[in-house]
Amino acid sequence: MSKVSTIKLVGVEKAFGSQQVLRGVDLTIPPGKLTTIIGPSGEGKSVLLKHMIGLLQPDRGEVWVDGLEISRLKGKALNEVRKRFAMLFQGAALFDSLTVFGNVAFPLREKLRLPEPDVTRRVEEKLAQVGLSGMGHKFPAELSGGMRKRAGLARALVMEPEIILFDEPTTGLDPLMAKTIHDLIVAMQRTFRFTAVMVSHEIPEVFAISDWVAMLKEGKIVAMAPSADFQRSTNPSVLEFISVGGPAPLASALPGS
Amino acid sequence: MLTAGIAGIGRTTLFLIREMGRMVVFLSSTTAWLFRPPLRPFQILKQLHFIGFKSMFVVVLTAAFTGMVLGLQGYYTLRKYGSEAALGAAVALSIIRELGPVLAALMVTARAGSAMTAEIGIMRITEQIDALDTMAINPLQYLISPKVVAGLIGVPLLVAIFDVVGIYGGYLVGVDLLGGNSGAYWNSIESAVEWKDVYGGIWKSVSFGLIVTWVCCYKGYYTRMSAEGLGTATTEAVVLASVLILVWDYFLTSVLL
Ligand SMILES: Nc1ncnc2c1ncn2[C@@H]1O[C@H](COP(=O)(O)OP(=O)(O)OP(=O)(O)O)[C@@H](O)[C@H]1O
Ligand SMILES: [Mg+2]
Repeated sequence: MSKVSTIKLVGVEKAFGSQQVLRGVDLTIPPGKLTTIIGPSGEGKSVLLKHMIGLLQPDRGEVWVDGLEISRLKGKALNEVRKRFAMLFQGAALFDSLTVFGNVAFPLREKLRLPEPDVTRRVEEKLAQVGLSGMGHKFPAELSGGMRKRAGLARALVMEPEIILFDEPTTGLDPLMAKTIHDLIVAMQRTFRFTAVMVSHEIPEVFAISDWVAMLKEGKIVAMAPSADFQRSTNPSVLEFISVGGPAPLASALPGS
Repeated sequence: MLTAGIAGIGRTTLFLIREMGRMVVFLSSTTAWLFRPPLRPFQILKQLHFIGFKSMFVVVLTAAFTGMVLGLQGYYTLRKYGSEAALGAAVALSIIRELGPVLAALMVTARAGSAMTAEIGIMRITEQIDALDTMAINPLQYLISPKVVAGLIGVPLLVAIFDVVGIYGGYLVGVDLLGGNSGAYWNSIESAVEWKDVYGGIWKSVSFGLIVTWVCCYKGYYTRMSAEGLGTATTEAVVLASVLILVWDYFLTSVLL
């Protein structure tokens, strides 16, 4: 991974019909770091991720990937940008018609056109890392929700791209497996230095693993800071949100309390 | 009241025009992607198996009973005029020119078309189509083009089977059951059916193959994001494809005759 990429959103607004979801998001994702976006359910975190990879177009505002404004790109130009990305969808989005192995192998075969022995080696390796060894022959319909999620994660990681978007990689996993997956993401990120954007509800775990944390609320980024500073934030919405999830490490650290 | 009514008509008209425009764009992009590498012979074979081979049973069944009922009706009608000898011609011409292409296409719509809409619709709802997009693989090329090609090849083949089975069905009732003359049945077919009729039937079936796959894939591709949307899409696909087949059949007949 020779190159690290930044993503920058400027004044991104998005509505679905009359429902305004994003109301002017300004966000810069630092290159080669793991940035986690937290925020209440249904606030538009998944929508935000989809803007970064050009699956959704903003009504207003710009999306920059390394000095290229991608929100108005189409066809071939957009595909060139997307080749540098991988994405884990919230619902895993595995292809029903392919086995787990076929799913993970899919981008290697279709995008990289690797020879079959290399495909097998890389797929088996990734399946082992997400704890799905020996499950390659199963179809997505035969997996549990957590297993599907991990297969989707393997599919995103196997490409070793410059940017990976993770939409709730650990939701639906038991705490032990969640920790394994977090450790895997961190280890991969430290090794390959890709730019990682993760959406997660795992508070306070995300503070330990992320370099940066940002919070989306009411269609805007209300706070963004390096992980350690974020936990000491005095922003009331941040405080309210992160203290319900964890053992409230902040109350005592608050100035004036 | 009145203005509300007029506004409603206007809205519906605009919606219909936009929908038609989208359908045309959908078809032309799919066609454009047909001729771009990589061609996917394996995918086409798979779809041919699904649309063609798996529809064979229902097509044979429909054909047999259509031919039998034509034999029955034709025999009693023709006997009134003392021309039972023309039974073969009556059965064969009705089947080759009209009933074969139309009924086979309607059966394919009901069996394979609705399943295609549901399959693509589920892929839309579960973000599998978005996943293809993020991998820089064009979903039209990967998913839709092979189905359209399979429809263009598969429906004419099914119609050919329909024609043969239908004509034997007429023979079974008109000759074996009611005691008509066997030689006369085949002779009248030989003298009445021209190549023009056969070509006409083939042209019809090719265009029906296009209509079924086009409409059913389109409706699946633009499924609204809910289980209810999936049901609606499937119903609309079957209704629209069936109506288009009958309307287009009238046009073609008036041109071909
Ligand atoms: N394609 C779409 N069409 C219409 N509305 C949509 C679409 N995608 C998202 N929405 C709406 O946008 C809002 C934000 O959705 P989103 O999935 O981004 O939430 P989220 O922050 O990821 O929530 P969660 O934490 O539960 O995953 C929701 O109200 C949703 O109904
Ligand atoms: Mg989400």
